[in-house]
Amino acid sequence: MKISRKYFRTLGVASVAGAMSLTMVTASGASSGTLAKGAPVKIGISLSLSGDFSADGQAFQQGYKLWANDVNKAGGLLGHKVTLDIKSDASSPTQVVTNYQTLISSDHVNLTFGPFSSLLTLPAAKAVSRYGYAMVEGAGGAPSVFQASLHNVFDVALPVANSLVPFANWVSSLPKAKRPTTVAYVTSNDPFTQPQIPVAQAIMAKAGIKAVYNKVFPSEVTDFTPIADAVAAAKPQVVILGSTDVPTVSAFMQAFEQSGFSPKVFIATAGPDQGATFIKAVGAANADGVMVPNSWYGLAANPQSKKMVAEYIKQYGGTPAGVNADVAEAYAVGQVVAQAVKATGGFDNAKIIKYLHSGVSIPTVLGGAQFNSLGENPKMTAYTFQWQGTKGNRFVQVNPLGDPNTVKIVYPKPVWGK
Amino acid sequence: MNSTALLSAAKDGLLTGSVYALMATGLTLIFGVMDIINVAQGILVILGAYLSYALQVHWHIDLFVGLLITIPAMFVVGIVIERLFVGRLKGPEKTAMSILVTYAVSLLIEGALNMIFSVNDVQLQGWYVNRSFAIGSIHFGYIYVAGFVLAVGLLSSLYYMLYRTRFGVSVRASLADQTSAALVGIDVKRVSTICFGIGVAVTAAGGMIYGATNSFNASTSYDLISRLLTIIVLGGMGSLGGAMIAGVGMVFIGDMVGVIWSPVWSSMSYFIVLAVVLLFRPQGLFGKQAVRVA
Repeated sequence: MKISRKYFRTLGVASVAGAMSLTMVTASGASSGTLAKGAPVKIGISLSLSGDFSADGQAFQQGYKLWANDVNKAGGLLGHKVTLDIKSDASSPTQVVTNYQTLISSDHVNLTFGPFSSLLTLPAAKAVSRYGYAMVEGAGGAPSVFQASLHNVFDVALPVANSLVPFANWVSSLPKAKRPTTVAYVTSNDPFTQPQIPVAQAIMAKAGIKAVYNKVFPSEVTDFTPIADAVAAAKPQVVILGSTDVPTVSAFMQAFEQSGFSPKVFIATAGPDQGATFIKAVGAANADGVMVPNSWYGLAANPQSKKMVAEYIKQYGGTPAGVNADVAEAYAVGQVVAQAVKATGGFDNAKIIKYLHSGVSIPTVLGGAQFNSLGENPKMTAYTFQWQGTKGNRFVQVNPLGDPNTVKIVYPKPVWGK
Repeated sequence: MNSTALLSAAKDGLLTGSVYALMATGLTLIFGVMDIINVAQGILVILGAYLSYALQVHWHIDLFVGLLITIPAMFVVGIVIERLFVGRLKGPEKTAMSILVTYAVSLLIEGALNMIFSVNDVQLQGWYVNRSFAIGSIHFGYIYVAGFVLAVGLLSSLYYMLYRTRFGVSVRASLADQTSAALVGIDVKRVSTICFGIGVAVTAAGGMIYGATNSFNASTSYDLISRLLTIIVLGGMGSLGGAMIAGVGMVFIGDMVGVIWSPVWSSMSYFIVLAVVLLFRPQGLFGKQAVRVA
């Protein structure tokens, strides 16, 4: 009886292992690099089309679709028409794993593109790496994504830890008489926001700018008023808000205004880059002087970017300044993969990974993408943008100083609504 | 930490908590009368906010004036949901099934809202939304004070209806024992339908205040419903007074802890209080033991 049980247990384990191996082999086979003539190339993507990141997820979807349309208009990838297989993960780090497993093992996609946010990119990249697939992404720049030492992940955007560097350098470089003396750091405990704060803090502390408030809040917080009131009570001249979305920034701005508190400088790590969505939430007059770090904006001089923005406006309407940076990040993912496919002459993920690790620089709408051994794109320039004007706001580049496209920064920030 | 920060947190807790209390009261009223756990309450709050948004953007109707339209509209929405879905639930599994049914309703409404309004966040605007007045060093946002007054006014009206009207007697009788209520001639079915309508109608006011103090989209409802459910569990399922006290208490405790220690502990502190209360009073602060005879 004992022998029989052991035998069946061994047989069961072997069967499961065999089935798993078969699935992996089958999945890998789908990405072996060759496609039948006329067969479309399937790209699997999980996006947050509902839940907390839904606004960003939808913008990423627009970017991916815009890229796929352009590629197909130009004859496809190596002559194969591109089809996007997009599944919604409801902003869930668990669902995103299920989605990529399904995309690879059931839908047999040839390539995968990344989801939105560092929070989801890390589990997604881990899942995809098990199948040997490359994951080029545009919204997973947190150190935690690269610290996992995954060989298959490549972020086309700026590594997030450096995002606030030009801003912090600018504040620190102000003449002593004009330089702020106090700062508040208040951030969500998100892998995208938290790594940005210590880097900025180190630079500003060296310039003698004293932190009068420095606290982290959980990402699930929905009522920001008491936190914003506590920041206001500390009366800092600079507020650096580690935010991931528009609602957070809008809630802080509203609470600050209600408290009669208007800092000289206000920068949020994400939210103000959301174009029309941000203006709609906070009101045009309040946006004046608000800053955000990013690696792209709709009025960027890059010819590829201008072309993409024109296509975007033709398809979705709006103005260049209102185009979400997520759109460009998604589009750049497609451009990088397209170049890798072209260079390797097929859809073999192993070859694509090797090619992207070769140090090659690929031009994209964001600028050049060149990956280090971790998959970061450290040469990407960090910019700071600012909303200027109270009506028909302009979203302009104000940093780095010395860049030909940089315009004069509005400092101090006008009082809310004035 | 200074005294201004502490007093501001206390003020925030009281003012914001009252709006949560209003939203949670609708939820607990529905449970108390019908044994229905309406997990669609969160999305109904957001629907109420979107109704105010639509009236404001398309017809330039002030948020508070718009309540004259949105409250009756949400009452009708409640009646329709009760007639089409919730009222059909019968038998011993009714309460458990109600979670699934109202979740399905919630998904339907969320999908419709995403299609109509997109997933981009919006916020209700008005001249009073960002303005405030000061008493000493403490600033009071007009919208928060108005929300507090509105919540107190509506909750008082609800109490008046329950304790000073004939219909209120029917509701309280149904709350206590549906079989006995039916035996003395109360139309329990009708009372249930109207209570569901009232429970949903209050979301119009709660949603308007929520939408004027926070950006929102349809998925905001998930955060809301988790908060509302924990409020009525702490207050005691079916207890109106419990929902009010727990609503204010929850936000107050969280805000104070956030200022005194760290915002990281805000939510945690509330759940610690909830766990301790449930340890000694599993029925919640003001809930009754399971004595209901269906």
